[in-house]
Amino acid sequence: MPLDAAVGRRYRAPAPYVVTPEAVAAFAAAVGVGSDAVPPTFPIVPAFVAVGEFLRAEDVELARIVHGEQRFAYERPVRVGDVLDAELSVDRVRSLGGNDIISTSTALTDPDGALVCTAVATFVHRGAV
Amino acid sequence: MSAAASWEPGTTLPPQTYRITRADLAAYAAASGDPNPIHLDEQVALAVGLPGVIAHGMYTLALAARAVSTWSDDAPVLELGAKFTAPVVVDAEQGAVVTVAGTVKDVADGVATLALDVRCGEGTVLGVPRARIRV
Repeated sequence: MPLDAAVGRRYRAPAPYVVTPEAVAAFAAAVGVGSDAVPPTFPIVPAFVAVGEFLRAEDVELARIVHGEQRFAYERPVRVGDVLDAELSVDRVRSLGGNDIISTSTALTDPDGALVCTAVATFVHRGAV
Repeated sequence: MSAAASWEPGTTLPPQTYRITRADLAAYAAASGDPNPIHLDEQVALAVGLPGVIAHGMYTLALAARAVSTWSDDAPVLELGAKFTAPVVVDAEQGAVVTVAGTVKDVADGVATLALDVRCGEGTVLGVPRARIRV
């Protein structure tokens, strides 16, 4: 299970993510809500950039990944204008029925380093069928 | 105070029903930056052993959050999460219908914990979906 080696590694989004009104409006429209407030699941967008870094670094094909679990803990609501750094750490990898279950947590922080949101995610890496 | 008249343990929140189409998934893929083809392309989905095009788990969780926002009149969310326990298969013609129900489990120090029940058809699709909101 080559992903075992990723446990304890950290993967950082290459650049801070700027929460623009356009991005929030597009996301809100896609999930059917107004864009007065940033939707609670919007932090997945900057978090997913760090997930992408992880998948690229470990040469994992996105189509073989299924999202198993997602939890957000918010220190404060995300707002338009926020500039967020995203850093993913791989907490655990275990094997189940030919799949790898990858447990991760991604910290979204502001430019002062203050935590805004923690996104805890599990991904299932599906074995070949 | 938020819209619900009272946040008391045991209160049942009115179920919200949402229809998902493949066009919604395409819009979500673009807006969320998740280009995983299992949400867009039937052949890829089948090739990796899925029953068909499935909704992003995050799309379903966003619908759960949408219900919470409706019930609470956009109260601040402190925690939100779920396991994605069953795929929401989105038919090319019929789409899929997701229903979000909820119960107030606990209220303490101005924070309400909501237990959600999220289904597509008869079956639940999220495991232990839960939100904590400031009320």
